[in-house]
Amino acid sequence: MSANLSAILYLVSGVLFILALRGLSSPETSRQGNLFGIIGMVIAVTVTFLSVGNFSSGFVYVLIFLAIGGSLGAFIAYRIPMTAMPELVAGFHSLVGLAAVFVAISAFINPSAFNLGTPGNIKLASLIEMAIGAAVGAITFSGSVIAFLKLQGIMSGAPITFKGQHLLNALLLILIVILTVYLCSTQSSNLFWILIAISFLIGFLIIIPIGGADMPVVISMLNSYSGWAAAGIGFTLENTALIITGALVGSSGAILSYIMCKGMNRSFFNVILGGFGATDQTSGSQNKEQRPVKSGNADDAAFLMKNASSVIIVPGYGMAVAQAQHALREMVDTLKKNDIKVSYAIHPVAGRMPGHMNVLLAEANVPYDEVFELEEINNDFANADVAFVIGANDVTNPVAKTDPQSPIYGMPVLDVEKCKSVLFVKRSLSPGYAGIDNDLFYKENTLMLFADAKKMTEDITKNL
Amino acid sequence: MEIDPFIFRLSIFILSIFVGYYVVWSVTPSLHTPLMSVTNAISSVIIVGAIIAALSGSDGVVFSSSSIYGFLAIVLAAVNIFGGFLVTQRMLAMYKKKKKDK
Repeated sequence: MSANLSAILYLVSGVLFILALRGLSSPETSRQGNLFGIIGMVIAVTVTFLSVGNFSSGFVYVLIFLAIGGSLGAFIAYRIPMTAMPELVAGFHSLVGLAAVFVAISAFINPSAFNLGTPGNIKLASLIEMAIGAAVGAITFSGSVIAFLKLQGIMSGAPITFKGQHLLNALLLILIVILTVYLCSTQSSNLFWILIAISFLIGFLIIIPIGGADMPVVISMLNSYSGWAAAGIGFTLENTALIITGALVGSSGAILSYIMCKGMNRSFFNVILGGFGATDQTSGSQNKEQRPVKSGNADDAAFLMKNASSVIIVPGYGMAVAQAQHALREMVDTLKKNDIKVSYAIHPVAGRMPGHMNVLLAEANVPYDEVFELEEINNDFANADVAFVIGANDVTNPVAKTDPQSPIYGMPVLDVEKCKSVLFVKRSLSPGYAGIDNDLFYKENTLMLFADAKKMTEDITKNL
Repeated sequence: MEIDPFIFRLSIFILSIFVGYYVVWSVTPSLHTPLMSVTNAISSVIIVGAIIAALSGSDGVVFSSSSIYGFLAIVLAAVNIFGGFLVTQRMLAMYKKKKKDK
């Protein structure tokens, strides 16, 4: 296959990838978009086979390894529960990162296969691109592994900080730049290995200080990194499909990180520099005062809801932990039978990754046109009779609007307290991730329901 | 004077960042999780590099020091391609509209 033809076909697959993302602008077109993505991938892989044109025994092994990876991926995709989606995405990011590192290593060892020169005499531009691809790939890999371990609960979600952390990270980053410069002049393979090792270390160090509830930002950021790594390799291989995709994924992840940071009213650097939960948790517990709360049981909750004409549900990460989405949906079905209007309000940072709650509700067969974003629904709380908060906490805290001293001041929150009555399902009065007390607990119109989210929801349904 | 092909690739790269910027802003927030899984799947197009690396061995030698890295990268990228697209499809199949017949 001529080089020009394959370049054009790579461009086609790049365009198909753009259409795949474009499809996600609405759920109706999204499935078609995914199909475009698959076609784009098939084209890219086929063109690569044809342009290498080497159908020797190596080709058979390529197919075998492709089948091994493919069946493993398919198996995971079918088995994974929707609540584990953040872990899955973090895990997948690490694979992209590691694949980028491997491709870069291979190109470094055998540059002639990629038309990049000969070992020890690699073209300068290619060497720089290779070093960038490998470094970003390695950072993506180790960072995603840490994010995965934290999300899985294998590693504590609490931020791990130590003195001089930021200084160390900065020094390592400078070291990487210096190594790249030396690598270009000496072409030494030892330098290349050291460069990769330090990048692994950086990925590890930048993710360990970041706490559990900041995971939406971390996952989006790693998504972005995996894109830039792919783009770096794309430049090395002079491959348009890879360059386009890398740019798309890189900007996609960056935008998601921005949206998540905005949802928490924090700057990107503030999140990345970490330590938020650790410092504020202590101050929060010191100021704790005993204030009266009203608590109720499933019977009270059912009574309130039965007499309501409209109910807004506010789900959060706790719903995912308790796997309460199906029970919730059953409760809503019962409410609807009694002609009660029900809608769902989703905060941008609810859950552990962007859009996490939407997927869980979709899994429980909640129609997506009953689910609303913060800006769409926030004015409706004033007219609603009951707000049912299940597994959310900080995102409903009115302190964000009233107390300039509060660490979450300025964060956009759901105006839950404007409802006639608020039902708050929670295990205990303990503060949320931000480590601050939720004023909502002590409001006149709030009824605390102390129980496991799933069990409480089921009990309410029985009492309706 | 001839323009270095690198400049063309850089142009594609920069323009794609802008395309990505506008396309991703138009993605509805409720589909942000599928967006992440699908971007994950498409970034595995890095498999293109992995295949070239795997087939780089000289005649008769399938597993050379450089091709082994290629084969490993193929496995990783394949997990991602199949896993990413399938899990996206599984998620998207769940997004349903309210039934009209009620």
